[in-house]
Amino acid sequence: MDLIRFENFFYRYKGNEEYALNNINLRIEKNDNFVLLCGETGSGKTTLIRCMNGLIPQFYSGFYKGKVFINEINTVETSVANLSTEVGIVFQNPENQLITMSVEHEIAFGLENLGIPQKKIAQKIEESASLTEIEHILDKAPFELSGGEQQRVAIASILVLEPKLLILDEPTALLDPKMAKKIINLLKEIQLERKITILISEHRLDLLLPFADQMILMKDGGVIEINSLEKVINGDNFQKLNLNKPVIYSIFMKLREENLFEGRIPHSIPDAIKILKKI
Amino acid sequence: MVSYISTELPLIMIKNVIYKYPNGTAALKDINLNLYGGELVGIMGKNGAGKTTLIRTLNGLIRPTQGDIYINNTNIKTTTIATLSKKVGLIFQNASHQLFANTVEDEIKFSLKSFNLNKEESQTRTNKILRQFNLEKYKDRSPLNLSGGESKKLAIASIFCRNPDILVFDEPTLGQDAREIEFFLSLIQKERKNDKTIIIITHNIEFAFEHIPRTILMADGKIIADGPTQKVLNGEELIEKASLVLPQSRQLSLALQMNGFQNTDTLFSKSDVTEYLIQFIKNNSRSV
Repeated sequence: MDLIRFENFFYRYKGNEEYALNNINLRIEKNDNFVLLCGETGSGKTTLIRCMNGLIPQFYSGFYKGKVFINEINTVETSVANLSTEVGIVFQNPENQLITMSVEHEIAFGLENLGIPQKKIAQKIEESASLTEIEHILDKAPFELSGGEQQRVAIASILVLEPKLLILDEPTALLDPKMAKKIINLLKEIQLERKITILISEHRLDLLLPFADQMILMKDGGVIEINSLEKVINGDNFQKLNLNKPVIYSIFMKLREENLFEGRIPHSIPDAIKILKKI
Repeated sequence: MVSYISTELPLIMIKNVIYKYPNGTAALKDINLNLYGGELVGIMGKNGAGKTTLIRTLNGLIRPTQGDIYINNTNIKTTTIATLSKKVGLIFQNASHQLFANTVEDEIKFSLKSFNLNKEESQTRTNKILRQFNLEKYKDRSPLNLSGGESKKLAIASIFCRNPDILVFDEPTLGQDAREIEFFLSLIQKERKNDKTIIIITHNIEFAFEHIPRTILMADGKIIADGPTQKVLNGEELIEKASLVLPQSRQLSLALQMNGFQNTDTLFSKSDVTEYLIQFIKNNSRSV
């Protein structure tokens, strides 16, 4: 069964002549993977994400053709609110999605709207807060928090809805490197513990590659490749795209160019050491 | 503390600067800093360390609670923001915060307004800068309808057209792909040759490590290190304090060292590690 399926999907924003998404055919199976979405700026990553919970075409003005299914639900035939238990999205700037006066209420907000009983809400808040390590700030106002804390609150408020698919659009862009690493580690733990699929759009590939199982590459509004991490980073598409490739990728590509290395490109430092030890 | 000393006359002198918010919390705690003409300097540190507050004192957006800032030997206490903005160009992290005109072309023209140019001169300078930044094709478009990368370019162009001596960027590589970072790099390298001082706030360790010669680390409103980037970003204790991580080339060289690879303790940059591995494979020429 497909978790995400785009069928001949086109989309252009109102006022723009160019299609932001140009004939997307994409299938992601329900296999609890950590999926990395990559592409040059303007390739359509954020637009693709906005289609996954119905924000496009339900909230953004524009023109579309084709169909998008999340867990076999057609995103135009159900409300964004109903889709929220299927798919949760965390955007780059958490400030834009934190709206209440306390962290606890922020996490409860989505559940209250779904009519969940109070007792159950309290229990779910506790679980999500513990998973994202924000128990100590539950009574604080979201605007009082640091960027890393705000991002964790945004993640908790989405996780509490128990979506089968968690999508994050550049979740670490505004964070310092140590906090970014902490958030990605946390997401990996959540993915394994909750057995959900996580899809992340990110420019910081050095940070993300060690965690990803699968990768989607986008260019000029189209999906040009979807494959396992290893296949993608060893392929031509990845090499040709102007992405911020990790330093270890550049080092091993240089070794290849010098005809000193023919093996696979490592995705992390331990992986690089493993390869070098065999030399 | 790693320190940075030069005998030249600094272009910017920051002396004992303290900045406190109205509620009394200190965002800058006794900052002392000299920056020189033609320098490319990085400021790094944890979210909330005071980096953005510090750069905002340079063009008068924030006035220090105590202490003095001199630009070209003039205390900026007495200088208006309008005058300072011709000397210090600040490009914010979120480009949309500084774009407000109806079209891309008007954005540049507005930026040139305070120079009292006649219509023809203003148009010539506008055309030149739009060409330089490859923005001509968008000249009639609203800045709000540009992609993230393009609006960042426009924000930079609107400051560059004023030709300030000091260019300050807050997270210029954020959300940018490799081609855009390359464009940015060539731009600042050209400006450095014109003796401009360039200050970059960044979380992008790899960018800083490979391209920025001097780095200032901040934590809790203070400068905790100031020196050659490859030295500053190599201290594990400092890295921890500034909430950073070691650059990947250094992580790899330390991992090599831990795994018994010989003579790896002096490898810092990407090129150091690459050269080492080229030699290593050549000397261990089993097939790979």
